[in-house]
Amino acid sequence: MRWFSVWRRNFLVWRKLIAAAVLSNLADPLIMLFGLGYGLGALLPSVEGMSYIAFFAAGQLCTATMFTASFESMFSGFARMQGQKTWDAILYAPLTIDDIVAGEIVWAASKAWLTGSTILGVAAVFGLATSPWVLLALPAAFLVGLAFSGLGLVMCVLARGWDFFSYYMTLVMTPMMMISGVFFPADQLPAPLVAIAKALPLYHGVQIVRPLIAGAPPADLWLHVAVLLAYAAAGYAAAIHFARRRFAS
Amino acid sequence: MSALAVRGLRKSYGTAEVVGGVDLEVAPGECFGLLGPNGAGKTTTLKLCLGLIEPDAGAIELLGEPVPRRAREARRRVGVVPQFDNLDPDFSVEENLIVYGRYFGIAPQDIAGRIPQLLDFAGLVGREDAKIMTLSGGMKRRLTLARALVNDPQLVFMDEPTTGLDPQARHLIWERLRRLTQEGKTLVLTTHFMEEAERLCHRLAIMDRGRVIAEGSPRALIAEHIEPQVLEVHGPGYESWMERAHTLAPRVERVGDTVYCYGEDIEPALKTVSGELSYLHRAASLEDVFLKLTGRDLRD
Repeated sequence: MRWFSVWRRNFLVWRKLIAAAVLSNLADPLIMLFGLGYGLGALLPSVEGMSYIAFFAAGQLCTATMFTASFESMFSGFARMQGQKTWDAILYAPLTIDDIVAGEIVWAASKAWLTGSTILGVAAVFGLATSPWVLLALPAAFLVGLAFSGLGLVMCVLARGWDFFSYYMTLVMTPMMMISGVFFPADQLPAPLVAIAKALPLYHGVQIVRPLIAGAPPADLWLHVAVLLAYAAAGYAAAIHFARRRFAS
Repeated sequence: MSALAVRGLRKSYGTAEVVGGVDLEVAPGECFGLLGPNGAGKTTTLKLCLGLIEPDAGAIELLGEPVPRRAREARRRVGVVPQFDNLDPDFSVEENLIVYGRYFGIAPQDIAGRIPQLLDFAGLVGREDAKIMTLSGGMKRRLTLARALVNDPQLVFMDEPTTGLDPQARHLIWERLRRLTQEGKTLVLTTHFMEEAERLCHRLAIMDRGRVIAEGSPRALIAEHIEPQVLEVHGPGYESWMERAHTLAPRVERVGDTVYCYGEDIEPALKTVSGELSYLHRAASLEDVFLKLTGRDLRD
């Protein structure tokens, strides 16, 4: 549990800056949810048997969780590691780079979970999610957060500068968002794109959360959970590997 | 038992050997200095001793723990003042100490009792709630020193503790470091201020190109390597004066436009300095030893 002191450090900073942190992590996705949801929803009577805004809420929950996890692990992580040298200071204490990586990943996933669960709460308040099944979306959001925090931290410990993150965001995150069934059902896309989406974590997050919001158990739940867990585990392992390499020189 | 024992330590990056077979022995309660020009391998040696990087060869024992195998256990009882301040800018002065203590598993209520003492040591009483960015360089340095003491360490590593500080701030740090030595703490510091090493260190090692090239107390090093008197002469006509100096002083060298004469008795040379020549007559210092051993070439 040594990593917990790293998690706690980030939590204490977040608590100090809570207004800005909550605003940036929640206001954006909620504005988009209601803007697109009601705007587009007026044109689309229903998608997959749900109102468009409820359909989009599931995608937006996962996307916002992905963005929070990625931004925290990449940009904030890089600021702590490179700019402030906070990691160096921690390493003089009886902690290792593995403890820091674990603390950073779980922290970014926690922050992402807060984004996801707040969107879920807002969706519930607006009557978009009424079944008790939605409660399972809470652990699902944490799992999505873990998967993207791990990947984000890999980018963080590989980065030589800030611009490095643009590649990951533009070449990976944005296309992933478009093909993973966030805004429209993924199976409308050409088969090769669907195959790519199915190999990526966001698709599986959406496949878990959308049925839960609609009020039904997800099909192939364990497959989706397994893919997200695999991404989280692989990201964790790779982040530790590259972090050790970075700090060994 | 030594506080720190290093044998045959080696570390290379690619083809560049940064530490090339270093042996060090630091006794408990000693203030030990590691001197050397830039790129001598001082910082790498410190990082190796802390177990932050793996050596290619050699053995390190820090407070009785083999490093890197049990570096984590050793670091519980060690403090570190890094070359560049890395205080947490998101926290106040007091929060920096509390959060740092947590990394050692110290509960906030236990640190709370020590905070007044640490703030007093750092000369930051009344600045508990100050933001880090509002502190002066000297204050940051003192807070970094106080932070290194949150776990009440037996040994403190300091990498250039006074680099970049003005004389007032530097003297205050020196006073604090002496206090730590009086309390029985072992200090290992790197520096390239010879005055600092001469004033603080019981013993020191001069490093160059990854190796220890001389070791001993500051006085012993001066006595061993340099004549006790030094005369520096410069100004118009120094070249012709230098011709004469060769017959008057045991050892004469020229660096740029300055002539250095070294000897047991420098009076004969001193008497001949006249006209527009300027001179400085002084006792030999550690800096003379350092420059003699490591050369006068620039190291970048």
